[in-house]
Amino acid sequence: MQTQNSKLSSFFSFTKDPKIRNFREKIIAISLFGCGVFSILVTIGIIVTLFSEAIAFFLRPEVDIVTFFTGTNWRPLASKISPDNFGVRPLIRGTMLIAVISGAIAIPLGLGSAIFLSEYASDKLRSVLKPLLELLAGIPTVVYGYFALSFITPILKQVLENSFGIKVSFFNAFSAAVVVGIMIIPMVASISEDAMRAVPRSLREGAYALGATRFEVSTKVVVPAALSGIISAFIIGISRAVGETMAVTIAAGATPRMTLNPLDSVQTMTSFIVQVSFGDAPAGSINGQSIFAVGATLFVMTFVMNIVSAVILKRFREVYD
Amino acid sequence: MQIQNTLSKGKEIYKDNISSRNRAEKIFNILLLFSVLFGLLMLTVLLIDIAVEGFSWVRPELFENYHSRKPENAGMKSAIAGSLIVIGLTGLFSFPIGVGAAIYLEEYAPQNKLTGFINLNINNLAGVPSIVYGMLGLVVFGRMFDLFKEGSFLVEFLKIPIESGAIGGWNFNLFGLPWLEIHLPFGRSMVAGALTMTLLILPVVIIAAREAIRAVPPSIREGGYALGTTKWHVIKSLVLPIAFPGILTGMILSLSRAIGETAPLIIMGAFTYVPFLPKSVWDQFTVIPIQIYNWITLPQTEYRVHLAAAGILVLLLILFLMNGIAIYLRKKYEIKW
Repeated sequence: MQTQNSKLSSFFSFTKDPKIRNFREKIIAISLFGCGVFSILVTIGIIVTLFSEAIAFFLRPEVDIVTFFTGTNWRPLASKISPDNFGVRPLIRGTMLIAVISGAIAIPLGLGSAIFLSEYASDKLRSVLKPLLELLAGIPTVVYGYFALSFITPILKQVLENSFGIKVSFFNAFSAAVVVGIMIIPMVASISEDAMRAVPRSLREGAYALGATRFEVSTKVVVPAALSGIISAFIIGISRAVGETMAVTIAAGATPRMTLNPLDSVQTMTSFIVQVSFGDAPAGSINGQSIFAVGATLFVMTFVMNIVSAVILKRFREVYD
Repeated sequence: MQIQNTLSKGKEIYKDNISSRNRAEKIFNILLLFSVLFGLLMLTVLLIDIAVEGFSWVRPELFENYHSRKPENAGMKSAIAGSLIVIGLTGLFSFPIGVGAAIYLEEYAPQNKLTGFINLNINNLAGVPSIVYGMLGLVVFGRMFDLFKEGSFLVEFLKIPIESGAIGGWNFNLFGLPWLEIHLPFGRSMVAGALTMTLLILPVVIIAAREAIRAVPPSIREGGYALGTTKWHVIKSLVLPIAFPGILTGMILSLSRAIGETAPLIIMGAFTYVPFLPKSVWDQFTVIPIQIYNWITLPQTEYRVHLAAAGILVLLLILFLMNGIAIYLRKKYEIKW
């Protein structure tokens, strides 16, 4: 028993026996390699699950893949199941409506914050402001949903409905887009700022030597030099807004419609998926499978945006060394 | 004469020009300050709004009771328990895989196409919407591709006894040990929820652990090798202990992101109403953000505004504590080389 114990302990600590040692090294290397390639398995898992269920959905006689991508009616819960009721475009329209508005909020504010942090703020101010700004990204999205519904929508109603007589739905795309915009500011700011800080000092100093103001150095030298990073930050920000779920589900409503009016209630791809999951659609039912078709569409959209952003970052980067 | 003319003209132009340039500078300054302060202002308004609406509703009942039809009795005991257990399990699952992958990529991986692909892949996974992980978790962990369903090929072939009911499927004890219950598929249990969360936070854990390992200077490793030890021994007794605080900080920050996640668990099949405390990790569960969401969707103001805000306060407090611990650890064990 004692010898066995000592053998065991020698196995788990450093041993001089090269055979055991090399064997152990190999086992460890292999298991670490397993952890390393695990992430590839996750990607394969995502693709296989989304697309196999989506294909099963498209193979149903009640569904038509062309109508799915071109149809303008999304009525999956209608009593009459027909291809005309499975057109995903209203969901895409709702998603893009929110993504565009939130981008219009987050892109200028994020870029402005990035220029301030990189070009204007002292190191001390920056070390205080940056973590504070990052807090915005750390707040759970369900909290943003609450804020949109209980704070922004009432203000919107107060201002637009009571003063101008413009009708504002209780659930509306605009208040959801505002909070989504706020939550992606830090992401746009942090990636843009990284790109700006990578611009060499000598470029700035050259411009200052020619008598340029700080505004001119920022907008005519630093921003153009960091443009690839900044554009890639914009795209990633939009991609994040497209995939955002809870704030949109809570504040934007559940009405799939082809509208461009941000004060209307809309439904996004993500909020449709949540709605069906809450309804407990059984596996294999048409609704249970429809969320995978919508999810696959969502995945492809965000995936393409992420890839484009990575390519822009890499291909179009100005190199100054 | 002409020269003087030109000069004075130039001076005029310059004067005009410099004042308008300075004005542009000033306006730009204000715009930049506004864009930084806008986010912070919104954050402040948000926190004040939630504190005002919810503070008086953070009371003992919130922690002692389950959801109730009477708002004054309603609490979120099962949601708090569910959140804590799911996050604990997520940490347990993601730590070894995440750190293992980080060690592999930093210390072992050769510079080849496969490594490049793994890196690209991890960055891509970090950008996948969280709701997609919920769908992955539903199929892979929740349903297990319907492999353990009555009448499936596998069940027929191996003659597996399938039970029906709340925890249906194939139930057995691994190695006959009473505490090693296994249920296949994982269904809507906390195990399935934690595994889903593990996949979600794995890219972040790997990236954070890699940074911590990379910060250990090569001279430390070389010192170890000079003593004639093996690669793993150097990693285990030199690299990991030094990198550990950094790894732990990254781990806590990733878990604090997971605790606020709602969508993946809803898709995976977490419940909205659980009137009991879980007895085992195979029980059904709900989490704090789902309870908050549930209250937000109810029509009465007490739930929709006040209880939801009270729940948010509890959630933010937990987040605050976790981030505080992470920052404390980073400050305390920070080594500058």
